[in-house]
Amino acid sequence: MLAILAQSADATVFLPPARSTIAGAHDGLYHFVFWMSVFFTALIAGLLVYFCIKYHRKSHHEVPDGPTHSTAIELGWTLPPLILVLVIFTWGFRGFMNMNQAPNGAYQVLVHATKWNWAFTYAGGENDSELHVPVNTPISLVLTSGDVIHSFYVPVFRVKKDVVPGRYNKAWFQATEVGTYDLFCAEYCGTSHSQMKTKVVVETMEDWLKHVEERGRWWDGKKPAEVGAEVHAQKGCKTCHSLDGTRGTGPSWKDVFGSERKFTSGDPVVADENYIRDSILNPGHHVVEGFDNVMPTFQGSIKDPEITGVIEFLKSISANYKGLVLEEPMTATGLPGTDETETKE
Amino acid sequence: MSSEHGHDNHPPHLAHHFETPKQQFESGKLGMWVFLATEILMFGGLFCAYSIYRGNHQDVFLYGYGALNKYWGATNTVVLLASSLTMAWGVRAAQKGQQKLLLAMLIATFMGGVGFMCIKTIEYKAKWDHGLFPGTMNAFYYKNGAPAYPDKIEHAIAYIDAHNTGGHAPAHGGEHLADAHAEAPAHDEHAAPEAASEASEAHAETAEGHTAVIIPAAFGAPADVSLIPHPAVTTETGLLDTAIDNAGVTVLPHAGHTQRVWASLSPEEQGKVHIFFAIYFLMTGLHGLHVLIGMAVILWLIIKAAKGTFGKEYFTPVDIGGLYWHLVDLIWIFLFPLLYLIH
Amino acid sequence: MSVIHDPVKAGIHGGQAPGGTNYINNSKGILSWLLTVDHKRIGLMYMVCVLGAFLLGGSFAIMLRTMLFIRAASETPISEGAQNMYNQAFTLHGAILVFMFIIPAVPAILGNMVLPLMLGAKDVAFPRLNLLSWYCWVGGAIFFMFVLINGGLDTGWTFYTPYSSSTTTAATTATMGAFILGFSSILTGLNFIATIHMLRPPGMGWFQMPLFLWALYATSVIQVLATPVLAITLLLLMAERILHVGIFDPALGGDPVLFQHFFWFYSHPAVYIMVLPAMGIISELMSTFCRRHIFGYSFIAFSSVAIALLGFLVWGHHMFTSGQSAMTNAVFSLITFSVAIPSAIKVFNWLATMYKGSIWLATPMLYALAFIWLFTIGGLTGVFLGALSLDIMAHDTYFVVAHFHYVMVGSMLTAFIGGMYYWWPKMFGKMYSEPVAKVAWFLIFFGFNLTFFIQFIAGSKGMPRRYADFVPEYAIYHEISTIGSYVLASGLFLVLFNWIHSLKYGRKAPQNPWGANTLEWHTSSPPPTENFVEDPPVSEPYVLGAWEYDASIEGFVHNKEKAAKLAQMSHH
Repeated sequence: MLAILAQSADATVFLPPARSTIAGAHDGLYHFVFWMSVFFTALIAGLLVYFCIKYHRKSHHEVPDGPTHSTAIELGWTLPPLILVLVIFTWGFRGFMNMNQAPNGAYQVLVHATKWNWAFTYAGGENDSELHVPVNTPISLVLTSGDVIHSFYVPVFRVKKDVVPGRYNKAWFQATEVGTYDLFCAEYCGTSHSQMKTKVVVETMEDWLKHVEERGRWWDGKKPAEVGAEVHAQKGCKTCHSLDGTRGTGPSWKDVFGSERKFTSGDPVVADENYIRDSILNPGHHVVEGFDNVMPTFQGSIKDPEITGVIEFLKSISANYKGLVLEEPMTATGLPGTDETETKE
Repeated sequence: MSSEHGHDNHPPHLAHHFETPKQQFESGKLGMWVFLATEILMFGGLFCAYSIYRGNHQDVFLYGYGALNKYWGATNTVVLLASSLTMAWGVRAAQKGQQKLLLAMLIATFMGGVGFMCIKTIEYKAKWDHGLFPGTMNAFYYKNGAPAYPDKIEHAIAYIDAHNTGGHAPAHGGEHLADAHAEAPAHDEHAAPEAASEASEAHAETAEGHTAVIIPAAFGAPADVSLIPHPAVTTETGLLDTAIDNAGVTVLPHAGHTQRVWASLSPEEQGKVHIFFAIYFLMTGLHGLHVLIGMAVILWLIIKAAKGTFGKEYFTPVDIGGLYWHLVDLIWIFLFPLLYLIH
Repeated sequence: MSVIHDPVKAGIHGGQAPGGTNYINNSKGILSWLLTVDHKRIGLMYMVCVLGAFLLGGSFAIMLRTMLFIRAASETPISEGAQNMYNQAFTLHGAILVFMFIIPAVPAILGNMVLPLMLGAKDVAFPRLNLLSWYCWVGGAIFFMFVLINGGLDTGWTFYTPYSSSTTTAATTATMGAFILGFSSILTGLNFIATIHMLRPPGMGWFQMPLFLWALYATSVIQVLATPVLAITLLLLMAERILHVGIFDPALGGDPVLFQHFFWFYSHPAVYIMVLPAMGIISELMSTFCRRHIFGYSFIAFSSVAIALLGFLVWGHHMFTSGQSAMTNAVFSLITFSVAIPSAIKVFNWLATMYKGSIWLATPMLYALAFIWLFTIGGLTGVFLGALSLDIMAHDTYFVVAHFHYVMVGSMLTAFIGGMYYWWPKMFGKMYSEPVAKVAWFLIFFGFNLTFFIQFIAGSKGMPRRYADFVPEYAIYHEISTIGSYVLASGLFLVLFNWIHSLKYGRKAPQNPWGANTLEWHTSSPPPTENFVEDPPVSEPYVLGAWEYDASIEGFVHNKEKAAKLAQMSHH
């Protein structure tokens, strides 16, 4: 145990790399408390061992006689810890205030958490499943939840804030180095809590601007089914819906399109374009038999071209669908390359 | 056994592990006081929930309390206070060894409990008839920012708004209405499926109940409300603006009104009216349960007293049972003004 | 009624009760147990049940650590079924161990067993209420067993809304179970308060009370004042789940953070329900095994009360990241730090008791030493978490997991086992095997630190808690931790084996094997049903000189003349 303690001079033994402006202050206090703890632990453990050896009982007939109380000594060991904790409190509070208040003019990103998926929206309305931010720029986050409590956590930034439904919580950070880092959900939120993770990508301002611009029309030039496959992978669909027929929290996507769907209530329906669209935007309307009504709505966090992509993707992986799958690449507006807007049925 | 306190010397009611009747009496009493402390903390949780919701949604409470009948509440307060008096009298009778008086007082206290529960039942019945039971049973139940029962809510709104505006008619006018609802529920109980006809019926009934003016907006409001998007379902970039709008909503001035009408509530507050009823029922329901437990205790005391168990030397159960009954009374003394009177 | 009136003689003859009857063997049959009002028998019934719950909750711990080990070694993505199983395992691990083991363990087992004995009383103030509290425990436990066979539970032991109000698992049943278990706790607390107030013998003022009783008293105050708030919170949660009243569910207009406030208003003080009686045991062990008057009696006594009171004011430190105002956070942080002071006072006073003592490293003492080491680490890592900026980073990570396991398991469990060893001879009249006990101690101490110290590092590195899956860089910490948990479990099984073995094969225990002077050592081992044949001599609990070692019985014998002399000296 002491061997591990001894290595602590190297910050990387205990802490992840520091990649935000507030991380330094955090790590400073961490190390202060750490070494204070090492000191007290060593002192107490040392005394324990020393006393056990020095005053080891040789005979049960011993009746030792030592001091039983001393107010001076009590005060002597009460005051130093008191002063220490007051110092630590003040230090921690100042650090917290810096973490808490975003500087004026910080760039704002909306973070919407649902079971078990992160969705980020940049100022222009561009959606993203990874958080892309420019380096050396203060970023302020507005956090909302669509269902239960989640928590936004990026260890390398030393940032954490609960995402509470019905509230707008705020957090901020300023990344100091280009790179890709882990982003976790830190508040337990149900079955796939541990899968609710994504990446923070810190880029140069140029790369970032390019990325955001692309996110506004990311489907441009891609085949609709490819767009659908990416939506599945990036918008959290894959957390619950498999592609190989395995049962998850929700039904698998394999062979759905064109099949007859039975529901917990209401008449069965053959899965067509409208059914798919409705299931994405109003998941509670039709709950497939044998499953729970747990899917959040994607209203507002999915664009029409993306839905079109999902529909074509579903067609491409369904044995129940005999028609053609749209092959023409999509344009920036989301329309397929030809002027046709309807699929060939 | 050591000779000082062998079993044979013990008075009949002294448990073996106590030295003296006084020690036993004081232990029992201390135990009861500690128990009362736990009761107060348990209700404290509910009072805390009450203050937080009241503090955050003042107008919801001012609106919802329009459904409560303060005259029945006041009557119940008197009934319970009187029963507390008879209980205290009974304890004194027990201490003095007046067996008959003790029995009479215990029965009187028990009857007070019966009276309280009867009146409470009448009040609950009135809520039931107008769909104001808690949770999913409540006509004001909102789910994800929209009324869950668009048909039932209009009837309930008419009922409460009639009370609230009625408050400005001659003082007894509104209360007559409440009584009419409480005592003749069959009149509007059939829960017509068509919202419109039900609303108009309620309208008509209100109009005949007294002369107060009905605010037409009250009837138009729910339809409009359901069109207003709730911030929780808005996930577009407009979200922030909505949030600011909501935060910035100022409550309409009420020109001397101390109570609120439905249309004056913000959409967000309208969605919280059912929580008022949840809190009302949880608080009065838990209190009612305590009254019932208290009545069971008193019934047990009555049986014991009838057998002549208590006397000058032994009256601990009467004393301790009395403490419990006073607590039940005390909690009501807080519940009544908080729920029925403050506005 | 009695044959021998001299408890000293009774002690010489193997410490058996007069006529060979004691509270265990004086009546037979299952009903004589189920209807007993004897505090010692109720303590034993609690012991059997609570240790059963410990075994169950502990197996869930082994199960989840094993799942994490497999996860660390595996390349394929984790299945949904495995995630669900993991979530259920950590929830049931936490809920069962917190509500059914840690909270009742010391007060309900050891407290019931020795509190009246330490007061020289025949029983607690309300013996029937005491039995009722045991039945409440059993009732709550039945609900939890029902949860196990009927849908499980995946909310975490904290039942956070709105997840808990929407999950399809048996959360309502579990909530009802915890509600009933709460009554068991309240009744025990109420009983102890009345007993300590009313049944102290003549000559025992508040400051002649053993420190274990001060600790139990402070604990009882928390049990009585905090548990009702948990009760109402759980009732509201049930109302939320059954009626959808909307007080906590934001979809219905409620406030989910309000639930957290209510929950932690109980559950933070509950941490002190766990650790305060443990500290009380340590005070007894320190004095006895150093054969010294405890150092700073009144400081230790008042620090128990201070911790109990301050413990009520710090619940908000569980919500530093919830979005509550900076001012609220600052106030809760400051008060949290103030709890560090009385805790530090206790540790320093125990150390000072060792100074110039005559230290006997018997098994209970080894546990007391382990307690001081583990509690020091648990307490100091609490300083990290009290500091606002550090808590933001560490909240809901393995750092927190490690911290509260050091405090709740490391400290509380070692004190509990130490106390069990200490009072085992009194409870059953048998001595356990000392060498086996020492091996088990080493396994527990080593295994515990291996399991949990590494989690501080994992947490500081950012590993979130309640994760069935993790990124590969955390794998090594999980592997080490799991190996540690196996060592810990093997140590615990060895303890259990040693106890059970001693009942049949252990040597007969003397009346006072340790030389302590609290009143339970003034009666036979095990005591008669009414505890004492004669009223025991009340004296300063930590003046030990009147007890002389007698090698023939391997125990200590009370010398009345010396006792009288010592009493005179202390009156001086």
